[in-house]
Amino acid sequence: MTDLRADIAGHENTGDAGFRDYLQLLKPRVMSLVVFTALVGLVVAPVRLHPIESLAAIIFIALGAGASGALNMWWDADIDRVMRRTAKRPVPAGMVQPGEALGLGATLSALSVVMLWLATNLLAAALLAFTIFFYAVVYTMWLKRSTPQNIVIGGASGAFPPMIGWVAATGSISVEAVLMFLVIFMWTPPHFWALALFMNSDYEKAKVPMLTVTHGRRSTRNHILVYTLLLAPVALVAAFTSIGGPIYFAVSLVLNLLFVIGAFRLWTRREEAAEADKYAAEKRFFALSLAYLFLHFAAFAVEATPWADAFSNYLGWEAVTWR
Amino acid sequence: MALTREHDLHKRRAGRNLGVLVVLLAFVALVFGLTIAKMQRGESMQGFDHTYRVDMDPDTVIPGAAGTQPEGASE
Repeated sequence: MTDLRADIAGHENTGDAGFRDYLQLLKPRVMSLVVFTALVGLVVAPVRLHPIESLAAIIFIALGAGASGALNMWWDADIDRVMRRTAKRPVPAGMVQPGEALGLGATLSALSVVMLWLATNLLAAALLAFTIFFYAVVYTMWLKRSTPQNIVIGGASGAFPPMIGWVAATGSISVEAVLMFLVIFMWTPPHFWALALFMNSDYEKAKVPMLTVTHGRRSTRNHILVYTLLLAPVALVAAFTSIGGPIYFAVSLVLNLLFVIGAFRLWTRREEAAEADKYAAEKRFFALSLAYLFLHFAAFAVEATPWADAFSNYLGWEAVTWR
Repeated sequence: MALTREHDLHKRRAGRNLGVLVVLLAFVALVFGLTIAKMQRGESMQGFDHTYRVDMDPDTVIPGAAGTQPEGASE
């Protein structure tokens, strides 16, 4: 009995995780973004699914994203342990064993793909499988530790959910789905590099070759500006497809203007000035990037409502047919 | 430290078991709802009986079946 007590006392925070710890393995904050963008992909699609099918599609897409998050935490436990931002994650904190994270990630990956197939269609399930593979293997195991362009290519995995939502409803990939993908894909580098500008020491400690670590902050600022300038036309052109409209165009125009101005400000900043105000402009740009993505997808969703349709007709706005 | 039911370890286990129970029940409910939704939409359910059925094959024309015509009938 004494031994058992000692065992329990010594493992206060190991090997017997609570439900919340397992939930944390699925990266609930990332999942919420996935749920939102996948939902928009479903809502803006021209085909309506049964509400239960839509609910199932969203749940299994989110579960797939969560599964890849668990696989990421299993593989990256050594990095997470070093970085202040991630040190409290369940595996580095000792709440969940690495093997458990692997088991949970692999099981939920298979379950989410098969269930999405049964709930919707094979193409959507195949895309989800590819997304999980891309995030867990291509990004986490390969790119993250080997190239400063890690988040550029790895960002694709975060860009797939709205496309999967669209494909779940329609059964095919179209220009609209590709544009939603591209908006997130092009948005990811400036978003993460802005974060890296003020979290540089974390990545440096963990020896993650973020652009700020390998090429310095000056180069990162240049890259942020270039990607922001490339992102703007992609986001704006979506206004002229079936998922866009005048409301989306107005929202996108304002957001892109603010985003380009923000990127230009970061580009002109000297390191001394940034350090003096503790990277205030970089933090503002990061916050703006979150609003940028949320409001773009919210505008897509608004354009799918009958009121937006009526407004478009009133203005004589016509979408270009790209099929 | 006494090994009682109130120990944090027991609380965590109880919470975990309850969480798993809720998730499993939600999963069963979702699959049940999906089945009903697909049945309501009249999707084919005969395809899972492992037996080939001519009437389910869209490439097969059954003579005399509703909506079909023998070849050359329209000429």
